[in-house]
Amino acid sequence: MTEYLAKRLLLMIPLLFGITLITFGVIHLAPGEPVEMQVAMNPKVSAESRERLRKFYELDKPLHVQYGKWVSRLARLDFGRSFAPDGRPVIDKIRERLPITISLNLIVLLLEFALAIPIGIMAATHRDGPLDRWTTVLVFLGFSTPLFWLSLILMYLFGVRLGWMPISGLHSLGYETHGLLWQAWDLGKHLLIPIGVATFGSLAGLSRYMRTSMIEVLGQDYIVTARAKGLSERVVIYRHALRNALLPAITLLGLSVPGLIGGSVIFESIFAIPGMGKLFYDSVMSRDYPLVMGVLFIGAVLTLVGNLLADLSYAFADPRIRTGKGGRQ
Amino acid sequence: MTIRLFICLLLVPLVLLSCSEKEPEQPKPRTVGVPAFGDALVAGSIGEPSTLIPLLASDVPSREVAGQIYSGLVRYDKNLKLEGELAESWDISRDGLTITFHLRKGVKWHDGQPFTAHDVLFTYLVTIDPKTPTAYAEDFKQVKKAEAPDPFTFRVTYSKPFAPALESWGVAILPAHLLEGKDITKSELARKPVGTGPYRFKEWLPGQKLVLAANLDYFEGRPYVGGYVYRIIPDSSTMYMELKAGGLDMMGLSPVQYQRQTSGKAFQSRFNKYRYPASAYTYLGYNLRHPLFRDRRVRQAITTAINKDEIIQGVLLGMGQIAHGPYKPGTWPYNPKVKDFNYNPDLARRMLAEAGWRESNSDGILMKEGKPFSFTILTNQGNDLRLKTALIIQQRLKVVGIDVKIRVIEWASFLKNYIDKGDFEALIMGWSMGQDPDLFDVWHSSKTGPRELNFIGYKNPEVDRLIEAGRSTFALDERRRCYFRIQEILAEDQPYTFLYVPDALPVVNARFRGIEAAPAGIMHNFIKWYVPKEEQLY
Repeated sequence: MTEYLAKRLLLMIPLLFGITLITFGVIHLAPGEPVEMQVAMNPKVSAESRERLRKFYELDKPLHVQYGKWVSRLARLDFGRSFAPDGRPVIDKIRERLPITISLNLIVLLLEFALAIPIGIMAATHRDGPLDRWTTVLVFLGFSTPLFWLSLILMYLFGVRLGWMPISGLHSLGYETHGLLWQAWDLGKHLLIPIGVATFGSLAGLSRYMRTSMIEVLGQDYIVTARAKGLSERVVIYRHALRNALLPAITLLGLSVPGLIGGSVIFESIFAIPGMGKLFYDSVMSRDYPLVMGVLFIGAVLTLVGNLLADLSYAFADPRIRTGKGGRQ
Repeated sequence: MTIRLFICLLLVPLVLLSCSEKEPEQPKPRTVGVPAFGDALVAGSIGEPSTLIPLLASDVPSREVAGQIYSGLVRYDKNLKLEGELAESWDISRDGLTITFHLRKGVKWHDGQPFTAHDVLFTYLVTIDPKTPTAYAEDFKQVKKAEAPDPFTFRVTYSKPFAPALESWGVAILPAHLLEGKDITKSELARKPVGTGPYRFKEWLPGQKLVLAANLDYFEGRPYVGGYVYRIIPDSSTMYMELKAGGLDMMGLSPVQYQRQTSGKAFQSRFNKYRYPASAYTYLGYNLRHPLFRDRRVRQAITTAINKDEIIQGVLLGMGQIAHGPYKPGTWPYNPKVKDFNYNPDLARRMLAEAGWRESNSDGILMKEGKPFSFTILTNQGNDLRLKTALIIQQRLKVVGIDVKIRVIEWASFLKNYIDKGDFEALIMGWSMGQDPDLFDVWHSSKTGPRELNFIGYKNPEVDRLIEAGRSTFALDERRRCYFRIQEILAEDQPYTFLYVPDALPVVNARFRGIEAAPAGIMHNFIKWYVPKEEQLY
C-alpha cells in the first residue's frame, strides 16, 4: 500500500510539469497580451509606454525564459505577481476568493449527496413506479433549466416582488454594526437562493448514477440470497445493497474535489459573489498570465489529489480492489 | 459583457460625467427639504477597480472611485471649462511655454500631512520615471522643465506651446510623503489610498464593495452625503433588480431599461432619471488602403445610403443623436453647420453609378470591372449595440446594391489579427471623446503605423496642418477655427461614416436632492447632494 502511494505521488511530479508546460503554451497561443488588453485603443498611450509596460512584465523576454522564471518561482511556492495594474501577489488574490467558493461548493456538494443518494435509492427500489418517474422529472428539470434564468426569476420573485430575500452579494449594507448571530442570519439569507439553485441543478447526475448502480446491485445473486434468508427489505437494501451501490458515488466524490475551487462565472456574476470563477474568467480575458497559471496549477494539483483520494477510498471501500484478489470468494 | 466592453472603450472615464449643451433632461424633485449631513450613496458598478493609484490604472471603475479620493491641479467644471482644484489659479506666459500654478494653502492629505508643491513635483517625476509602469507618461514628456520654487508655486516649461498641457495637470496628485523612495508598484496605497479629495478611503471588500467616508476637512467644505459605497455587481439585470429593491441608489440604465422598464408611476416616485449625450460616438470606419474605399465618392454614397435615424431608433430606442463628426454636439469645438449626407438611397445609387458601380446582371449587386461590390464589416464580440447597427446597415446597403457580410470577433483577436495588421475592409467601433478637442492620435497621418489609432490610414495634409496648429496654441478662437475646418473636411472626405452619439442614462434614488444635470453630467456637484434628515437611510 505504501509503495503504491509513493509510486502515485512520484508520478504526479512529471504529470504536473507537463500540465504547466501545456497550460503555459496554450495561454500564450491566445492572441493578445496583458499590456495590449490594458491599453488598446487608448489615445493617451504611446508606443514607448507600451514597451515600458511590456518590459515591466518581462514580456519582452523569449517565451522559454518567461516559462523558466515562472517555474523556478513556483518551485519556491511563489506564484508571482498579477499582471493587473494592482500588481498584487497572485496568491493573495486567490486566497481572498477561495474561502467563499470552497464553502459554497462544499455546502452544495453535501446537499447534493444528501439529496441525490436517497432519491437514487428510492427511484431504484420503486423502479418504474410513480415515485421513480416523478423524481426523474424533477432532477432532469433541474439539470435542463438554465440556472441563470431560474436565478433571475427567483431573485425577482423573492427579492423585488415579495421583498423577503436579499438579491445579490454576501452581506447587507452596514452588517458589521450587528451582532455575530445577526450576521450569520444575514449571510444565510444571502446564500439561500444561490445554494438552492446550484443544488437543484446538480441532482440529476449523481441520482441517476445511484439509481442505475442500485438496480444493478439489486439483481445480484447475494441479494437474492439475502431475500431468500428472509431478511427484511430494509436490511437487504440498506445493509447489503447500499454499500456496493455506493461505489460509483465515491468516484464522483473524488472527481468533485477539483471542482471545489472552481466557480461558475455566470452564477457568480448574477449573484455578485466574489468567487474563483469570476476571478479566473477576468484573468483570462485580460491575459493576466500569472493569475491564470496560478489558478490552473492549483486546479491541476487538486485534480490529481482528488483522483488519488478516490482511488484510495475505493480500495478502502471495496475489498476486491484492496487485496487485488478479483472476484474470488 | 456587453456593457463592460462598451465601457472599456469609453476611455475618458465616467459616462455619468459626460456632457452636452442641449438642456439635459432633469426631473423635478418632490420637495426640496433641508440640506443635512449624513446618509450614504450606494452606486453600482459592473467592474471592480484594479488599483487606487490612478497613475497605474486605466479602467473606468478605478477612475470613478479614485476621482472621489484624489484631486488634480485643475478640473472641468459643470460647463466643461477648466477651473482650479488644488491650484487656486494659474498664469500662462505670453509665449505659451510656461505655466505657473498657484496652489491652495492649508490643504491636508487624508492622513493630516500638508499638501505642497513638492507633491506635485513628485507626481510629475514618478510619472515620467521609466520604471513606473504607467500608460500616461506621454503628456508629461512634453515638459522641458518642472520646478517648485516655493511650497505653493509650481511651474512647468514646455519646449513648444502645447494646448492639451493644461488639461494634463488634472491628473490625480499623489502624496509624496507616502511614496517617495518606494516602489510605487508595491505600494499599499493601491489598496488603501490617501488623497486630498472629498471622500477618504474606509474599506474594500474585494469583489463586493468599496466604502468611502466623507472627508470632514475637505478644502471645499464637508460633503453632505456621509458615505459613498461602490458595489460591484457584474450582471446588469441583477443591478437593476437591486436598484428596484432598494439595494442600490444609482446606476446607469440601458436604453431598454430607460424606455420600457422604468416608466411606471411607482418607479418614478422613487427614482429620478437623467438623460444627456455621453462623451462617445459610434462609427463605421473604412480601411482607406483597400481599393474599394479609396474612392471618396463611394464612401459618400455609403453614408447617403445609411439611415442614421433608423439606427438610433432601432438600436438605442431613440436615446441618442446623429453624429456628423468627431465632436459632441454642443461642445465648443463642435461645428453645428457641418452636416454630412442625408439619407437618400436614390442619390446614393446615382453616386455609386458615377463612381463606376453599375448593375450589370440581375442579382441586385453592383459590379465594376467584373467584380461585385461586396465587403465585410467587422465588429467586436460582446457589444450588442454594434452588432445591431451592423445588421441595419447591411439591410440598407443591400437596397442600393452593396453586399455586406458581418463578422463578430473576440476583442483580443479583433485587435491583434485584424486592426493591428490592417486586415479589414470596414468596421464598426466607438471612440470616447476627451474634453480637449485635440485629434492628433486618431486623425494625424503620422499615426497610421501598426498599433496606432489612425488604423484606417487617413492621410490629409490639410487636416494634419490644422491638427498641429490647433494643439500648439492656447487661444480658443484660433483652436476653434482649426477644428471647425477639420469637421468640414471630414464631412466631405467621409473616412468614417459617423453614426451616433448615445445618451448617458443615469438613475438616482429620489431621496437625494441637489442634483444638477449639466453639460458635465450629474456627478460634478456630488459634494452638494444631500438627503433631508427624515429620509436618511444609512
